[in-house]
Amino acid sequence: MTDRRSFLKLAAAAGPASLAAACGWDGGNALRPSLLTISRFNDWVGERVLSASGRLAPTYDPAERTPRLPSYFISRATPVLQDPAAWRLRVNGLVRAPLALTLGDLAAMPRVSYTVKHHCVEGWTAIASWHGVPVSAVAERCGLLPTARYVRFDSFDSGYFNGWDLASAMHPQTILAYGLNDNPLAAAHGAPLRVYSPLKLGYKLTKYVVSLTFMDTRPGGYWEDQGYPWFAGL
Amino acid sequence: MVASGLQIYRAYARFGERGGPFFPNPFQDQQFPAWSRLGGWLAGALNWHFALMWPLGAIGLLYVSYLVGSGEWRALLFRPRDVAGALAMGRYYLRLRKDHPPQGKHNPLQKFAYSSIVIVGILAVLTGIAIYKPVQFPWLVALFGGFQAARFWHFWTVWIFVAFTATHVLLVFVVDPASLRAMITGWYRGRFPSHD
Repeated sequence: MTDRRSFLKLAAAAGPASLAAACGWDGGNALRPSLLTISRFNDWVGERVLSASGRLAPTYDPAERTPRLPSYFISRATPVLQDPAAWRLRVNGLVRAPLALTLGDLAAMPRVSYTVKHHCVEGWTAIASWHGVPVSAVAERCGLLPTARYVRFDSFDSGYFNGWDLASAMHPQTILAYGLNDNPLAAAHGAPLRVYSPLKLGYKLTKYVVSLTFMDTRPGGYWEDQGYPWFAGL
Repeated sequence: MVASGLQIYRAYARFGERGGPFFPNPFQDQQFPAWSRLGGWLAGALNWHFALMWPLGAIGLLYVSYLVGSGEWRALLFRPRDVAGALAMGRYYLRLRKDHPPQGKHNPLQKFAYSSIVIVGILAVLTGIAIYKPVQFPWLVALFGGFQAARFWHFWTVWIFVAFTATHVLLVFVVDPASLRAMITGWYRGRFPSHD
């Protein structure tokens, strides 16, 4: 009898677990909030413990570039500017001097160029070269107020945006990229300007950027608000 | 952990940089059936995976510290001197030998299984850390042969784990059902006195 009873106990335990799996369950109203709370804890571990050293991501030789770099956007068609000459990068929020920078202004600022590995949350990776200006150089130019703790990057891609912690944004490898593989950034990859960092998953790297807003409250993000990890640091 | 992993696998069902080459993988571009996946979509699966990693790691640590602290590891650790006994056991299971070789609490093949599953568990965690934070743990990524290789090994440790668990529980029903309770509660009241 013992074995039958213990088998039934096992079955009782396995039942709900397999049922949960069968439903493609994301936790439902009961567990999903707890999972998101743990995700916020993981953000804290990533931000405050694992990435605290400010370690640099490895760089590669341009010869190691992956033949194809996938890209995506939220809009139905590739987002393009109606009037590229009128485009400005707006820098505002908790700053002494709000800015409106042209591509020429950005090109005249300190240039960072590196060949790094891109990690998508889906699991694929690809090596490419990126050229741009460090976010920290822009922050220096606008005179960041000491109350700024986060930055929000907004785009003209159907409201896509991302919120970053300030330390990640000020990392020397976090740039506003205007070039990819020795060419100007193509429309498919976020022209005229996109965020790039080899220390974040791809969905944190806002394309089609129109503004930077320095803030003291944590901005969410397009995917982050739907449940994807917020910190997403590698 | 396994079910959410299968949901995550669905997002990029191959191992290798974009454009290849890809690691040999019978499941390349395959999807696992809905009943085997947990999370509903990639974000849901990631949140399950990154929540369950904490209890997995904690229980693994607790298990290994108990083995070390209690001295029970002596009965489980496969040592070089167990090789001959393992071969004898293998011949017995393959019916090439009639009598059951003498053994202590566990026979050498059991020791091999219980020792290697600890290593597989450690590899599962380390490959997981390598692909979770590859920039912060470059030495781990290098140890496993790169990011995509670490993903590959992370995936395969799962199948070893699943095979081990299935065999383990199957043998319990075949050999000594009473030990199932012992596995869950820690108390054994079956017919093999050596299991105390």
